[in-house]
Amino acid sequence: MTANGDVFAPGYVVVERGRIAAVGAGALVGSGGRTIDATGKFVTPGLIDVHSHLGVYPKPGAQAHSDGNEATDPTTPQVWAEHSVWPQDPGFQRAAEGGVTTLHILPGSANLIGGRGVTLHLRPALGSRGMRFPGAPDSLKMACGENPKRVYGGRKRSPSTRMGNVAGHRAAFLKAKAYRAKHGKAASDKMPRDLGMESLIGVLEGRVLAQVHCYRADDMLSFLQVADEMGFEVRAFHHALEAYKIRTFLAARAAAVATWADWWGFKLEANDAIQENAAFVHEAGGRSVIHSDSAEGIQRLNQEAAKAYHSGLAAGVKLEENDALRWVTHNAAWMLGIEKEVGTLEVGKRGDIVVWDAHPFSVYARAALVLVDGVVTHDVEKPVAPWSDFELGLEVVR
Amino acid sequence: MKALIFPLAVFACVGLGQLAAFASPCTVLTDAEVFVDGAFVPGQAIRLEGHQITAVGADVPREGCAVSSFAGRVITPGLVETFTQVGLAEISAVKASVDTDLTTAFQDQGHTVRAAVESWRAFNPRSAVVGVTRVAGVTSVVGIPTGGVIRGGAFWADLTGGSQAVSLQKTPAAMVVSLGGGSASRAGSFHVLGVALDEAVLWKGQQKAWERNQRRAYLTPHLDLIALQPVIDGTLPLLVAVDRAADIEALLSMVGERQGLAKVRLIIAGGAEAWLVRAQLADKGIPVIVDPLLYHGANFDQLHARHDNAALLAASNVPIILSTLSSHNARKLRQVAGNAVRGGLDRAAALRAITQTPADALGLSKHGRIAPGAVANLVVWSGDPLEISTRIEAIYIHGASIPQVSRQTMLRDRYRTVPVRRLP
Repeated sequence: MTANGDVFAPGYVVVERGRIAAVGAGALVGSGGRTIDATGKFVTPGLIDVHSHLGVYPKPGAQAHSDGNEATDPTTPQVWAEHSVWPQDPGFQRAAEGGVTTLHILPGSANLIGGRGVTLHLRPALGSRGMRFPGAPDSLKMACGENPKRVYGGRKRSPSTRMGNVAGHRAAFLKAKAYRAKHGKAASDKMPRDLGMESLIGVLEGRVLAQVHCYRADDMLSFLQVADEMGFEVRAFHHALEAYKIRTFLAARAAAVATWADWWGFKLEANDAIQENAAFVHEAGGRSVIHSDSAEGIQRLNQEAAKAYHSGLAAGVKLEENDALRWVTHNAAWMLGIEKEVGTLEVGKRGDIVVWDAHPFSVYARAALVLVDGVVTHDVEKPVAPWSDFELGLEVVR
Repeated sequence: MKALIFPLAVFACVGLGQLAAFASPCTVLTDAEVFVDGAFVPGQAIRLEGHQITAVGADVPREGCAVSSFAGRVITPGLVETFTQVGLAEISAVKASVDTDLTTAFQDQGHTVRAAVESWRAFNPRSAVVGVTRVAGVTSVVGIPTGGVIRGGAFWADLTGGSQAVSLQKTPAAMVVSLGGGSASRAGSFHVLGVALDEAVLWKGQQKAWERNQRRAYLTPHLDLIALQPVIDGTLPLLVAVDRAADIEALLSMVGERQGLAKVRLIIAGGAEAWLVRAQLADKGIPVIVDPLLYHGANFDQLHARHDNAALLAASNVPIILSTLSSHNARKLRQVAGNAVRGGLDRAAALRAITQTPADALGLSKHGRIAPGAVANLVVWSGDPLEISTRIEAIYIHGASIPQVSRQTMLRDRYRTVPVRRLP
């Protein structure tokens, strides 16, 4: 299942020097390399989670390493999630065991502007730089709605309302525009270093992708007003539970929608979730993505996509399996600006591949084999010692 | 910025509670694969009369009944979510809409003991969460309060909609306790439980003396001691939320060592590390409620969590119950059970764990099964009930056909056609 429209049954994939060298139907004759027989199994691109807090909110949860929200000021574009990522979070290996090969780590949503997100290639490393997806653009995490106004309103400071949220977003970008105007038209060597300004100007110039946490339809529309006023594009709305209400509008703006299959009701702005959200957005020509935002959900993104797919089918949306597969592969890659590198099984792309022991949309399917750049990160037949030093010894003292 | 216009439309308002109706004095569902006695049996028919199932078999009397053929379909008992706040929590983050915490002015300063508070008084059978949950095939819930060491009584409700009187099936259905780490003292939580149980045993013989003021005061308020009497008598299960293996061991020895607790019937809930003590749990026949998705060691009590916890427990003959341990995610129950199968559990065992086993553990002999005399809570599935592709074709609660309508399906239908257009 290439996630590019083709299903080769049977089919083959050849990986050479970490990249896909051939993919096609039928049996491959005489490749000369190591051969993995996947007879009776299903092969897909590696799954991509566009919204994860692994490493910045690691398990087991403890204040000592909860490093996802620099909640000291509502506007912190200067912080980078990659500097909080604890690569020893046991959740990374759990995600790999679920077929994830790439994930985007974001700061939390306490702040209006929470800082830069980082795209990681999922393999064990001692520092986040060792996991950084080569060439992937950074993102800037922003948030609307309840979270920022709750966090700062609770401290009797702005924002304490939705109008305060929007004012905060506008003020930050006005400052960035003024900074840029003062020091030349575009970011350049002459510009004095200012980490926050670099992130904001990166968004204004399209080099840093705007990833926006938003639930309600009206909140998304308000944020798009800010983007229009300031002159930047929203790459994607995350969570976006009411995207279905404004789906033609979002599709026309080419803003992707990253959402869950069925989470809802945990706060008031999550009250109008429907299980058909991703399918309806897709139907309207929008770019749907299923994300996890969860150390549990990232272990079975394939099931989440399957739930959203079958909910859509039941509601009469015309959908192919390929469409839903793209919600956790190609569309996710596009959201992160790495669609030329990963997200489909195509010649030239990175060898990020999952072999499933059953159809990946079955609740019973397990990732039997996971490859990143052609290197095995999980083999169900060959259990390995835990990646994380933290988990060492748990086996011994059981 | 382009403006949006919503075309005016009139939407019919339907009260969800009024939709259930009996079409005929009796209904016969035929030709289905039916989950009977804990196994899938093909070619079965079920006769429903009033609130009850009155016959099950290859052939059942069908004169005067509405007959529906469900060839190629699977019928199971309605699913049971055994550890949830459905009906107690409307919007989790809106405090005024959450009624899970049973604190009162009559309790100790830390509100550690809440045994006497009746959690079901707060149950809302008309909650939107009830509607969302039941269209996912969950027809019964066990409502679990939160907070404190002895959290209070749990209740069993069928998701009939309508009144509390119709919905509530057993009050209390269990006494809920919480042990372990976190912010409170671990040993302290055992101490509070131990003192309360000891005093509940003493209360039995000395109630009259206490009433005549001839006995020194108890540390535990007397109303809580009264509420704990059925726990001591073994008529009300003591449902203990606990994850760490060492804490389960400590619980078992504490109950085993103390006088007067021989009849106490334990149920473990959470049990992230229960697989480590499965031999002891099996030996004592203690049921364990587990969430098969819990496999990331969310806290220090769950470091040994495993994805195959349920399968390991079942293989050792520990009675298992599967749960989402959640309110709004209760509708994910069948996915949760499917993941237990993914982790090695037998499919029929997984289905028992969300139907008959919880009913048996909580003493509801007419729930969670398809048998003559049982409450007619049924779900008709298009195929394997645990598989994601499977759809629900019919739901019966107390014998009434339940329309597949919830607030969410109404939102879906309202926005099915694109309701917006862009202005230039």
